[in-house]
Amino acid sequence: MTTVDPNFDADREARRERRFAAITKADTWFRVLGLAWITPLLRIGAGDNPRAHLGEIWRLLGVPVLAILAFLALWGTLAPQVQTSLGAIPGPAQVWEQAVGLNEDAVRTRERAADFYARQDERNAERIAAGDEPRYREFTGAPTFYSQIRTSIKTVFFGFLLATVVAVPLGIAAGLSQTANAALNPLIQVFKPVSPLAWLPIVSIVVSAVYVTDDGWFEKSFLVSAITVTLCSLWPTLINTALGVASIDKDLVNVSKVLKMGTWSKIRKLVLPSALPLIFTGLRLSLGVGWMVLIAAEMLAQNPGLGKFVWDEFQNGSSESLGRIMVAVFTIGIIGFLLDRLMYTIQSLFTFTNNR
Amino acid sequence: MAFLDLKNVSKSYGDTPVLQGIDLAVEEGEFLVLLGFSGTGKTTLVNLMAGLEMPTKGEVLFKGRPVTEPGPERGVIFQNYSLMPWLTVNGNVGLAVDTMFPELSRAERAAKVAHYVGMVGLSHAAGRRPAELSGGMRQRVNVARALAMDPEMLLLDEPLSALDALTRGNLAEEIEKIWEADKKTCVLITNDVDEAILLADRVVMMTNGPRATIGKITEVGLPRPRTRKALLEHPDYYAYRQEVLDFLEEYEHGNQSKHASGAAPKPKAVAAETPKAVAAE
Ligand SMILES: Nc1ncnc2c1ncn2[C@@H]1O[C@H](COP(=O)(O)OP(=O)(O)OP(=O)(O)O)[C@@H](O)[C@H]1O
Ligand SMILES: [Mg+2]
Repeated sequence: MTTVDPNFDADREARRERRFAAITKADTWFRVLGLAWITPLLRIGAGDNPRAHLGEIWRLLGVPVLAILAFLALWGTLAPQVQTSLGAIPGPAQVWEQAVGLNEDAVRTRERAADFYARQDERNAERIAAGDEPRYREFTGAPTFYSQIRTSIKTVFFGFLLATVVAVPLGIAAGLSQTANAALNPLIQVFKPVSPLAWLPIVSIVVSAVYVTDDGWFEKSFLVSAITVTLCSLWPTLINTALGVASIDKDLVNVSKVLKMGTWSKIRKLVLPSALPLIFTGLRLSLGVGWMVLIAAEMLAQNPGLGKFVWDEFQNGSSESLGRIMVAVFTIGIIGFLLDRLMYTIQSLFTFTNNR
Repeated sequence: MAFLDLKNVSKSYGDTPVLQGIDLAVEEGEFLVLLGFSGTGKTTLVNLMAGLEMPTKGEVLFKGRPVTEPGPERGVIFQNYSLMPWLTVNGNVGLAVDTMFPELSRAERAAKVAHYVGMVGLSHAAGRRPAELSGGMRQRVNVARALAMDPEMLLLDEPLSALDALTRGNLAEEIEKIWEADKKTCVLITNDVDEAILLADRVVMMTNGPRATIGKITEVGLPRPRTRKALLEHPDYYAYRQEVLDFLEEYEHGNQSKHASGAAPKPKAVAAETPKAVAAE
């Protein structure tokens, strides 16, 4: 086979072009997800000269990895030198052990729960065979680390949702009307700096008084944490929405006037789309604030979630506690980071391109 | 009664005077071109005509009734495109169609949008957003949107100034063609003499600001339809051009001339157009 196919080279060239186009397209997503370092690696994999990308790889991957390693090294050497009532501060290795331990606990609890339900089913089968009513009970083990995480995330999203539902319309009103702005501004200024710890007692008393129905929709503790999150995370969205609405391009407002758009269609077709980037900026900040507030609220109010986990470990005071608390700290940080990325991704999806 | 009447209109922003003592009658079906240096208050004048601004003194009458608010019967082509960046070409034009014909079915609406988009030659780019269009294309969308309002008159605020010379000339001819089709009343603002003469029935020249007013009105009697090429060959073209240039030269370098500060417009030219206004002075 020595025939040279003239189309062969062109074909391969075209495929290569397509591959690079695809990588460039995927790059925007890697950036959004905080994984920008994948792009140069992919380019090299697709046949680009590695030298051209070394600088970029060093900057995007090498430096961050080195920084993390340096942090771990510093932590590992300094931590054992500090003696506390619970022994030396755990280093990275001990914290990792605790993380593994927490995972094993969770797995064990899950197995016990499965066991419990299997036995219950068996018993019930016998009861039915004997003509008795079956009886069902919930498994009541201590909550695992994972279920604490789930509770926290559920709570923060519920509180955040409430905050959004309140803040966006109010922000639009404040941005559109000078009167509404004048009315809201003093309230925002006064309530914005209030710490969650100050809201919490009020919220728990009010919730206890108002939410007396036992319909099982929400647990009281869940509502208390969620509403505290709402009260604290309201403000960034409110302020940014108002700002976004107030700073709509005056020329576009003129267009809407010439077109005689009604209030509703103006909000839908002009105000919302042009304020969207700032609304999302506000939402991102709000979710961040909400997550921080939630942990504090859970700790103080003994509501289930990661905050309570930290508090329980603190009270527990065993030699493992410090390590477990550190696992929780990293978990909280990583989840906060992921939530921020999530919001950023949604923002990129919904925001028109030339504003970025 | 003129179609759009400005009676002794003055406008200041706070303490800053911009326009003073403007008397202008726009007749139905005419193409009026306002010519003036940058910053004299041309956009302000268009905003007054559109109803986006209210005069500090005097009044603006549209078909005999005072203008109190903007409306689609006076379509505006804005100086800086003013397209919704999140909408496609179709979406932007559709916005105007929606306000004018809210009861259209989906298909009728699409047909209407396609008609106006096709009219400015953008059918191939109907699905693109403004960021993906050239300046000339954006201005076409702006024109299509204004046409889709099916207005009784069109106010064009320097529709071509932001474009390069080549695009500019082409689009000017197209505007002339579109106008020829149904002879809607048009007020177009420009700072380009050739553009003014190509398009205008009358060229209204503004004095320099502050306190800008109408300095001179020249009637352009060149035959239509006009093209740049045909104009260059017409013997009268240079006389018109000279007339306009002479006026502009007088006002160049911010020269206020005698009457601009004294508020009385140049009597001879204005008297020919609006005798009543001079009597009122
Ligand atoms: N909203 C406003 N508030 C205060 N001053 C204004 C306002 N709008 C315009 N002006 C002033 O009025 C004068 C005329 O402005 P205008 O935009 O009407 O000029 P123009 O003739 O359209 O200029 P250009 O050719 O550059 O578009 C300018 O000196 C400007 O500073
Ligand atoms: Mg202007």
